[in-house]
Amino acid sequence: MSEATQPRRPIESGVMDPFPYMHPLLKKNYGQWKWHDRLRPGVLHHVAHGGDEVWTVRAGTQRQMDLHTIRKLCDIADQHAEGHMRFTTRSNAEFMVSTEAQVGPLVEKLQDEGFPVGGTGASVSMISHTQGWLHCDIPGTDASGVVKSLMDELHKEFIQEKMPNRVRITTSCCQINCGGQGDIAINVQYTKPPKINHDLVGNVCERPAVIARCPVAAIRPAMVNGKPSLEVDEKKCVCCGACYPPCPPMQINGPESTKLAVWVGGKHSNARSKPTFHKLVVAGLPNNPPRWPEVTEVVTTILYAYKKNARHWERMGEWIERIGWPRFFELTELPFTKHHIDDWRGARKTLNTSTHVYF
Amino acid sequence: MPDKFPESSEFHTLRIIPPAGLHYSTDLLRKMCDIWEKHGSGLIALHGQSGDIMLQGCSSENVQKAFDELNEIGFDLGGAGPALRTSMNCVGHARCEQSCYDEVRTHRTVINGFLDEMHRPALPYKFKFKFSGCPNDCVNAIHRADFAVIGTWRDDIQVDQQEVQNYVAKVGRKYMIDVVITHCPTRALSLNDDDTLEIDNKSCVRCMHCINVMTKALSPGKDRGAMVLIGGKRSLKVGDFLGSVIVPFMKLETDEDFEKLKDFCETVIDFFAENALEHERIGETIDRIGLANFLEGIGVEVDPNMVNHPRTSSYARMDDWDQEVEKWRARKAEAASASEAAE
Ligand code: HEM
Ligand code: HEM
Ligand code: SF4
Ligand code: SF4
Ligand code: SF4
Repeated sequence: MSEATQPRRPIESGVMDPFPYMHPLLKKNYGQWKWHDRLRPGVLHHVAHGGDEVWTVRAGTQRQMDLHTIRKLCDIADQHAEGHMRFTTRSNAEFMVSTEAQVGPLVEKLQDEGFPVGGTGASVSMISHTQGWLHCDIPGTDASGVVKSLMDELHKEFIQEKMPNRVRITTSCCQINCGGQGDIAINVQYTKPPKINHDLVGNVCERPAVIARCPVAAIRPAMVNGKPSLEVDEKKCVCCGACYPPCPPMQINGPESTKLAVWVGGKHSNARSKPTFHKLVVAGLPNNPPRWPEVTEVVTTILYAYKKNARHWERMGEWIERIGWPRFFELTELPFTKHHIDDWRGARKTLNTSTHVYF
Repeated sequence: MPDKFPESSEFHTLRIIPPAGLHYSTDLLRKMCDIWEKHGSGLIALHGQSGDIMLQGCSSENVQKAFDELNEIGFDLGGAGPALRTSMNCVGHARCEQSCYDEVRTHRTVINGFLDEMHRPALPYKFKFKFSGCPNDCVNAIHRADFAVIGTWRDDIQVDQQEVQNYVAKVGRKYMIDVVITHCPTRALSLNDDDTLEIDNKSCVRCMHCINVMTKALSPGKDRGAMVLIGGKRSLKVGDFLGSVIVPFMKLETDEDFEKLKDFCETVIDFFAENALEHERIGETIDRIGLANFLEGIGVEVDPNMVNHPRTSSYARMDDWDQEVEKWRARKAEAASASEAAE
């Protein structure tokens, strides 16, 4: 680079003003909406106090995009949706149109181009996931790959609203669980303490920072072969992987030892019950790309038990709350083990301190 | 962009801030694509979980060029490292009748008021805001934000009884009872003999359920505003936390209201900057020092809405009980005279 120009001063504009980009009907009726309904799965219809109406078509995208896909979405928006679109937090694309007549051709076009229309109401919405192999420092597996396999299976539940309530599925590629709470969460679970490459630790890692990061204080400074390194108390280690990002020589990932776990009953909304965390159901599932059949089987078993047995508007966790965990394990034919019993801080609050039992 | 991990030094990610509420014109998206085609790999996450546009895969020398061009068309750099992070708001006012405050204005007022904290990382650890227009919390603020602003209302749910009757006529009485009445978490609902709805608004916890089911018949009240919950975070390192109630209600309508919110955010960020240990999220700080000390630090009075129930452990020093009771009484008296003056 040889240009000797002055470095340009960045404009610290912060969060962009959305009004110049917003669909004109949304802008005009900002804060003035009265009610909505759904014409069919994936299509919302909103009515404003002043009488304006807008139709929204929601379609799944893979979050992890390329230029070609984004440009294709833009073409669709230009041809069929008045040149505007927005995204939801779960990576669905939304196109707004000002007449009902535009809905049909828009839906058809999206489906033709391979974007499933749905994800509204009591459907299985697009899986919220972290980025796995592509951009993470420690992906135990490729979260996006698991998502793809599962969505192939669950596509039919995305495009219809036949669940008792909405189902949010999340995936995460390590125990920190960046994917977040879900009705069903599919997360990597490491099962072996990190293998340390002692030759590299001294050069690469800021040792006090690594030691401070361990949630169970299992890491100590050590001299190995005359070099400053670290050692792990393997009995204490909970294999969380937190030491890996600040110290890549602490290799946590292994083809056999990296497993997947499935958790259920997480919920963010305040509707009916308070928000809850998801709870462990199955661990030890093999990390088995490219289709992860074992994971898909567990997830669909749980999903269809819920679909069959829950009452309308009960979220996964609310359904289990009503029927009880013994019945949940019975209906899904999944084993209950000592690992299901919490032993982290506050674990006593998770025990049954009453005489209420289910038979 | 600072790069945290040596092995990926030629794979920089640019986090840039999208328009609040993720609204785009195709023109803006196309321009963004053209810039990224010129300088980067073409891979984009729309959007990262924190709300950034993540442009993934850029060589060190192109990072600046890509940023400069994006910056020219209105995009700014998002947060990374121990800093204020990029935020998110739900669709809210733009297309949702449940929305209880202006999310876009609130989001932009707060975040754009603290850009220094975003662009010059100097906090003990990350700090995230999120903005949801109602308790459905479509951006998952309670769990994913250190500071969650969630819309709610203080007066009665608005009811259109004719629409209630229409709804019952459509779905049947049994369904109405099973799916609306008995799902109310505080038993605040009752179906009258003429198929109109009776709501015990004093017992309603504003969970949104009945309103979600009967979008035409029911709406949030008219005295709308927002609440603040602080301390949500993910697992590392002590476990998951949900945010807990710190401000049960505040109005967000006038310029003054927004000034007040901004001042409050500043107080909380300053407290965090001064009192959190390195790598400690604010939820962990509160856990370590106790909610009462945190409230004192940020100048907020205690309120029974902040707890599920009063303490159950008797191991506590209470020798200043009488002074604390006096404070409560004085506050009550002040509130009473203020509301009298208002009338
Ligand atoms: C596949 C690997 C990973 C991916 C794709 C990933 C991605 C993400 C994303 C997208 C978030 C933002 C979540 C949100 O704000 O909604 C996040 C948060 C976070 N990540 Fe990761 N991450 C990964 C692994 C890790 C690892 C290995 C660590 C540390 C050991 C880590 C530590 C964190 C922490 C502490 C947060 C903040 C959680 C909170 O909000 O309280 N992540 N990560
Ligand atoms: C038309 C505007 C919207 C309405 C009326 C609406 C309604 C609702 C309702 C009723 C719930 C609670 C479900 C329950 O537990 O019973 C909910 C939750 C949720 N909404 Fe929306 N929503 C809207 C827009 C959105 C958008 C644009 C997104 C982003 C994709 C979104 C994402 C979510 C998520 C993630 C939850 C679940 C949080 C959880 O409990 O885990 N919503 N919404
Ligand atoms: S994997 Fe987790 S528990 Fe084990 S040593 Fe590393 S940080 Fe500590
Ligand atoms: S959080 Fe409430 S106001 Fe915001 S989009 Fe969801 S339902 Fe609407
Ligand atoms: S909003 Fe929730 S708590 Fe209030 S009346 Fe309706 S169902 Fe009950």
